[in-house]
Amino acid sequence: MALIRELRKSNFTGQGVDHQPGQPIVEARQLRVSYGQHMALDNVTFRLLTSQRVAVIGPNGAGKSTLFKVIAGVIKPTSGEVNVYGHGPNGHICIAYVPQRSQVDWNFPVTVADVVMMGRTGKIGMLRWPGARDREIVEKSLADVGLLDLAGRQISELSGGQQQRMFIARALAQEAELILMDEPLNGLDVTSQEIIFEILDELRKRNVTVMVATHDLDHAAEMFDQVMLLKHRLIGFGLPQEVLTAGNLIDAYGGHLRLIEAEGGTLAVGDTCCDEDRLP
Amino acid sequence: MNVFDLLLQPLGYAFMQRGLVAALVVGVICAVIGTYVVLRGMAFFGDALAHAILPGVAIGYLAGSGARGPLFLWSLVAAVVSSVGIGAITRGTRVREDTAIGIVFAGMFALGVALISSVRSYSVDLAHFLFGNVLGVSNTDLWVIIGFGVVILVLVLVFYKEFLVLSFDPLLAVTLRLPSQLLEYLLLVLISLTIVVSLQTVGVALMVAMLITPTAAAYLLTRRLPVMMALAAGIASLSGVVGLYISYYIGVASGAAIVLTSTVFFLTAWAFREIQKASWKRMAQR
Repeated sequence: MALIRELRKSNFTGQGVDHQPGQPIVEARQLRVSYGQHMALDNVTFRLLTSQRVAVIGPNGAGKSTLFKVIAGVIKPTSGEVNVYGHGPNGHICIAYVPQRSQVDWNFPVTVADVVMMGRTGKIGMLRWPGARDREIVEKSLADVGLLDLAGRQISELSGGQQQRMFIARALAQEAELILMDEPLNGLDVTSQEIIFEILDELRKRNVTVMVATHDLDHAAEMFDQVMLLKHRLIGFGLPQEVLTAGNLIDAYGGHLRLIEAEGGTLAVGDTCCDEDRLP
Repeated sequence: MNVFDLLLQPLGYAFMQRGLVAALVVGVICAVIGTYVVLRGMAFFGDALAHAILPGVAIGYLAGSGARGPLFLWSLVAAVVSSVGIGAITRGTRVREDTAIGIVFAGMFALGVALISSVRSYSVDLAHFLFGNVLGVSNTDLWVIIGFGVVILVLVLVFYKEFLVLSFDPLLAVTLRLPSQLLEYLLLVLISLTIVVSLQTVGVALMVAMLITPTAAAYLLTRRLPVMMALAAGIASLSGVVGLYISYYIGVASGAAIVLTSTVFFLTAWAFREIQKASWKRMAQR
C-alpha cells in the first residue's frame, strides 16, 4: 500500500502533457448507451486525470467493454458525450485499445514485430511504407516490454502474458497516451501479472494513462490509483478504499459476492468472473 | 512420346497458350485477394458474390451481344448491388448476415438464370458462365484480364498495411482513425473485380474454390502473410496449368480440372502438415 501512496502523490504533479493542458484526459458526461431495450451504460459521468492507473471493475456484462469502446470512439454513445483532452475521441490517434485475448485470431499469419508495426499505421499515413524511424520505434517498444528476442515469432507461439505485452508494445508504438485494456490479467499466472504491472509502472512514469478492466478485486485495491465500479451506472469512482466498500460491492455484485468480516475490515471474496461464460 | 512432347504439344494451339496465360494470371490474382477472403472468414460471402453477379453477366452479355466491356461493367454493378443489399438487409432487419447473404445470393442467381434462359439461343452460354471456358479466352479477354490483374495487385500493394490492420484487428483500424468503411468497400470492390476477371476460367459455380482452396493450402504451410500470398499464388497458378493439361489430355471440363487440382494441392498440404506434426512428436518423445 505504501507504494500506491507514493505513486499517488506523484500523480497530481501535473506534468503538462501536450494536447490541451489542464484538461482531464477523459471526461464523460451523462454517457448513455443502449442496445434496443438493453441499457449498457446509464448516466455515466466522470473526469479522469492523466497518468492515473484505473481499475474498472463490475460483474460480467456491466458495460466495461462498452465504456472502453465509447472512450476509444468505436461506439457512439446514445446520448451524452465523452471527451479526450477536451475533444471527442474521433480525432485522436493517441488512444489504444487492447482487446481481450479471446477476441484475437492468434493463427493470423503475422509475427510479433508485424503486430507492433500495425500501431505505427496511423503515424506512417496512407500511401507510405514504414521507414527506418518506424522500425526503430517498433524495436524500442518491443525492448520496453521485453519481447525483442521474440520479435520474429508467429503470435500463437507466445504465452498469454507475452501476448498481452505484445499489445502493450503496439500501444507504445502507436505513441498512445491513453491505453484501454480489456481484462488483460485474465488467465495469467502470478509471474506474468507481475511483469505486466512492472510495465504499467513504467508507463505511469511516462504519463501514460491506463484503464484496466479486471475481475480481480485484490488487484483493484492494491495495484491501482483509482477504482471505477460499474454496473451499467457508475456506482463509485475514486480511491480504492473509498470505492471498494461493502455497500458499493453489494450494489454491484448482489448475491454473487461473499463478504467476510476480518481483522481490520471487510474482505470481499471473489467476483463471479467466469471466462468460460464469455467464450463462444 | 516423352514428357517434353506431352508438355509442348498442346502449346502448339493458340487457344491453349491463351488459356494457360489466363489461368496463370487468374491464379495469382485470386490467391492474393483470396488471402483476405480466407483470413477474414468471408468464404461464404465470396461464394455468394460469385453467384450474385450472374444477372450482371447476363445483362452485359445480352446488351453487348457478346462484347466483354459491358459484361465487366454490368457484373461489377451486380456485385456492388449485392454487397450493398446484404449490408442493408443485415442492418435494416433482425436477419443475421449469413441469412442475408443467402437471400441475396439465391435471388440474384435466380434472376441471372431467368434472364439467360429467356433467350433460347444463349442456353449454351449459360454453361460457360456457370463452369467457365478458359479455352475460349480471346486475345482481347487476355489483355483485359492482365490489365485488371495489374490494377488489383497494385491496389493491394498500395493499401497493404491498411488491409492488414483492418483484417487482423478492425478495432485498431478505428482507433487509428483509418477510413475503415472506405477501405472495407475498396476490398469488396477488389473481390468483385477479381471474381469478374476470373469468371472465364472456372465460372461462377466454382469461383469460390479459386479464391480459397490454394490460399487455404498456403495457410497450412506458412505463418507469414507475404509468404502465404506468394505460396498461394504459386499453388493457384500451378493448379491452373496442371488442370488445363489434364483437361486437354483426359477431356474433362477445364474449370473442374483446375479446381480438382487445387483440391489435391490442399489435401497434399494437409497431409504434409500431419506427417510433420507426427514426426515432431516422435522427436520430442525421444
